[in-house]
Amino acid sequence: MELIFEISKPGRAAAGIPASDVPSINIEQAIGRKYLRDDLDLPELAEIDLVRHYTNLSRRNFGVDLGFYPLGSCTMKYNPKINENVAALPGFTGLHPYADVKSAQGNLHLLYDMQKSLCAIFGMAEFTLQPAAGAHGELTGVMMIKKYFEKKGQKRRIILIPDAAHGTNPASSALCGFEIRELKSNGEGGVDIEHLESLMTEDVAALMLTNPNTLGLFERNIEKVAAIVHGKGGLLYGDGANANAFLGKARPGDLGFDVIQLNLHKTFSTPHGGGGPGSGPVGVSNALVDFLPVPRVVRKDDKFKWSEKFPDSIGRVRAFYGNFNVIVKAYTYIRSLGAEGLKHATEMAVLNANYIKERLKPYFDLPYDRICMHECVFSGNRQVAQSSVHTSDIAKKLIDYGYHPPTIYFPLIVHEAIMIEPTETESKETLDTFCDAMIAIANEAKENPDGVKNAPVTTPVSRLDEVLAARKPDVCWKKS
Amino acid sequence: MDYCPHTSDDVAQMQSVIGISSLDELFADIPEKFRLKHIPDIPEALSEPETLSFMSSLSQKNKLPHVTLTGAGAYHHFIPAVVGHIVGRAEIYTAYTPYQAEISQGILQAIYEYQTMIARLTGTEIANASMYDGASATAEAAVLCAKMSNRNKMIVARSVHPEYRQVLRTYCWANGYTVVEVPCAPSGQIDLDALQKKLDDQTAAVIVQSPNVFGVIEDIAPAVDAAHQKGALLVAGFTEGTSMGILKPAGTQGADFVVGEGQSFGNPLNYGGPYLGIFAAKEKYMRRVPGRLVGATVDKNGQRGFVLTLQTREQHIRREKATSNICSNEALCALAAGVYLAALGKNLRKLAELNVYKARYLKNRLLELPGWQDVFSAPFYNEFVLRCPDAGKVNKKLKKEGIVGGYELEKDYPELKNALLFCATEMISKEDMDKVADLVK
Amino acid sequence: MSKPNPDDRYYSRDHEWVIYYSDGTAKVGITDYAQEMLTDIVFVDLPEIGRKVVQHATVAVVESVKSVSDVFAPISGEVIDVNAVLEETPELLNQDAFGDGWIVKMRLSNPDELKMLLTAAEYDEMLQEEKH
Repeated sequence: MELIFEISKPGRAAAGIPASDVPSINIEQAIGRKYLRDDLDLPELAEIDLVRHYTNLSRRNFGVDLGFYPLGSCTMKYNPKINENVAALPGFTGLHPYADVKSAQGNLHLLYDMQKSLCAIFGMAEFTLQPAAGAHGELTGVMMIKKYFEKKGQKRRIILIPDAAHGTNPASSALCGFEIRELKSNGEGGVDIEHLESLMTEDVAALMLTNPNTLGLFERNIEKVAAIVHGKGGLLYGDGANANAFLGKARPGDLGFDVIQLNLHKTFSTPHGGGGPGSGPVGVSNALVDFLPVPRVVRKDDKFKWSEKFPDSIGRVRAFYGNFNVIVKAYTYIRSLGAEGLKHATEMAVLNANYIKERLKPYFDLPYDRICMHECVFSGNRQVAQSSVHTSDIAKKLIDYGYHPPTIYFPLIVHEAIMIEPTETESKETLDTFCDAMIAIANEAKENPDGVKNAPVTTPVSRLDEVLAARKPDVCWKKS
Repeated sequence: MDYCPHTSDDVAQMQSVIGISSLDELFADIPEKFRLKHIPDIPEALSEPETLSFMSSLSQKNKLPHVTLTGAGAYHHFIPAVVGHIVGRAEIYTAYTPYQAEISQGILQAIYEYQTMIARLTGTEIANASMYDGASATAEAAVLCAKMSNRNKMIVARSVHPEYRQVLRTYCWANGYTVVEVPCAPSGQIDLDALQKKLDDQTAAVIVQSPNVFGVIEDIAPAVDAAHQKGALLVAGFTEGTSMGILKPAGTQGADFVVGEGQSFGNPLNYGGPYLGIFAAKEKYMRRVPGRLVGATVDKNGQRGFVLTLQTREQHIRREKATSNICSNEALCALAAGVYLAALGKNLRKLAELNVYKARYLKNRLLELPGWQDVFSAPFYNEFVLRCPDAGKVNKKLKKEGIVGGYELEKDYPELKNALLFCATEMISKEDMDKVADLVK
Repeated sequence: MSKPNPDDRYYSRDHEWVIYYSDGTAKVGITDYAQEMLTDIVFVDLPEIGRKVVQHATVAVVESVKSVSDVFAPISGEVIDVNAVLEETPELLNQDAFGDGWIVKMRLSNPDELKMLLTAAEYDEMLQEEKH
């Protein structure tokens, strides 16, 4: 497909500009030649060509609305259309963030209620909706932990992170000046309690735990883990990326977590947008409320306003209030599902994951054969040993069957990992057809490995040269 | 109303395959004392019509103004109809990060095109796929400068948006860097002498904004020279992207990083978010730039295609060595910006010119009023500061007529008593501006 | 199959090699086994000339498409030269890790440290053990 610059033709434009109803002025005189640019190199297209270009691009893309998208750790559930319609209401899209609070009572009420709802669902004392994504929320959470110990006058330098953790965990910690110590997993995929005991000192600020972990397994020893960490005055951070596994079943606050970050674009059904926007609210226990970012919504009787009167706050992590329009969608979801709907979603998500696990385990190595939560992790080791077919090949072959592949090569502690998260919005038929495809691929890997290694063949492009892209990066088109 | 397709038959069959007789067995790993019966304090489910009705009422508790005179970091511009239609394509908005390139060529190519347009617009050589917003993009650029140079001091112009400076302070505190502010000269531009005095060999970055919070256009080149002479880097921020339709971009003037807010390009006001962090830089920083980068390459048949590249900089591989932890960004907002820029094309210049005419008309009308004074003398784009007899009263009068007035600067700049920051974009008519002048007479 | 490990040099447990010259300088690189494990190398982050490193500190960084690896200085000293060719042609490190793919030249500050390193035979043995 051509690039938009290749279709561009001088003199064309899609969007016109109205004539001025005020006097025009001599810009060079008013502003000065030295501040003005010479050329403006942007594409010039007629509207029909613009629309065709982007529409054709969209047809080279795969979203949840097209097919099954079992990306582990991403919770690619169906994005309800009512949420989109609500978020498009002019009352929600039209206000400037600096509009007088008296004109923004609807928005402020929504934000306040969203915070309260999340507190109820997760058992936390208070939430901030400011962070723009999960990783941003994580950074915010680690900053609050840092401030907490600063306020106590304790200099704690270390954060413990399990070996199965997502890469944002160590990155967020390092960005706040903490050193990382890796915590081993035990044979069952949970925290190695002995190792935790040996690592947990008064120099450790926090343990960052994903629960259920990135293997899809619930931490059975959570009470002991929390006790060990709290026993030495540390804090327990929960990466809530996997919250879809426990809505209405357990609450991180009850389990002893002091900070938890969520991903609204995962658990709360807002669209992933091809890489955002998301939203990463952070919930805290009472101990950390004072450190939440400002401004915060405060309520007096039935009126709401913004307040910055929180002297121990970490400050701001972005301008304005948060990814408001994303929050509108998530709030709509919570209100339409209700308490029972949220619980049902979790139950069906976990049911679906276990069903896939059972159907596929005769064909693929299953490192942890126990009840999983909302995702299951297989290994492609058997296929590698049999015929050098790797997890990446299996993934590419799934594309030819019409699926988005599961997450691959994560978590790092499983060799040739395949992480499958179906979510609750998939029917048994979809799961069965997917499992049939996986089984067919397992067979083909045995009988005709090249058929798998050459995949995909049904896509507009075949396997792309990532080495070339990294050796000689071309991230900006240049006219030849 | 929920979206689970399961019938009771389905559930029974699946339970039997798994070897359980009740759903509770799936949650046996949760210690009994922590098992929840139900979530407290969440109201019952609503049907779709009830949901729409409830949420509509909530949206109507807001009062949309007829006219907005406030910019200050978020701008009311016209969004061409094509933008909404394209970002509403389900193949794009229900997709995730394009890790599987073969089935994501749509979003990958669109972002590659966006990166190219942004690099050209900002006068730089590379741009990433987006950051969260202008403020965090600015903070991340500053942090990157510190990590690259091993220096720990930032100098920021006081004329950078107050919330951007707050975010910078938060990020710098987290990393142990110091932040020093430099005032502006009476013209409204940065005080270069003061900047020179503060620059030293511990300075990692100098952060300026153009047009700055007062709407004033900065002369970037001297600031670049001053910074580079002391081995520091220049981070040039912006909040109003359409200014680049006519203004010489900071990249062309030698800035190392050009970062800022892309909301003006096709993204609604949305009460503050989601917005779009733009991050552009000189090519030599390509391997250090945070966030995602889409690169062009070829497939095994020699056909052009696109992939996420240089991923080893990212958190999921570099882990504790990462210079940023950003994962999901604002891809759909970047797509909206790309469509907007492609739709306007060279008309972005005409749009910017129209903004300039409107702002000058409004300013001149207001200056006719008794007691109203100009504050800064340097050239401006579509925002300007005026001092009036009583800022609070002015805004109150306007509010009565459903008009959002100017941004009151005193709370952030105590020396600017009764100073209002006004913005006039193509969305405000001559009629409305005349009405404003009449109202506040 | 990795190329054989030449015995004209020392090896570290982190898969670096060192050739020591009588004038007190040394050439440092990574082994063929290491480049194989990394797969296609896309970028080599070389240090500045004049940088001083202690033994085991990171002296360079090697990036492949999917991973990043630190190259640790097998001995302490000062960087006196870098293999600039790797900047344009990182694949050279895959092609000839023991020869033209060398990474840095150093002036040793403490040649006694060489005693702590492995011989080719000891490194071979270490690799055999790792395989099991």
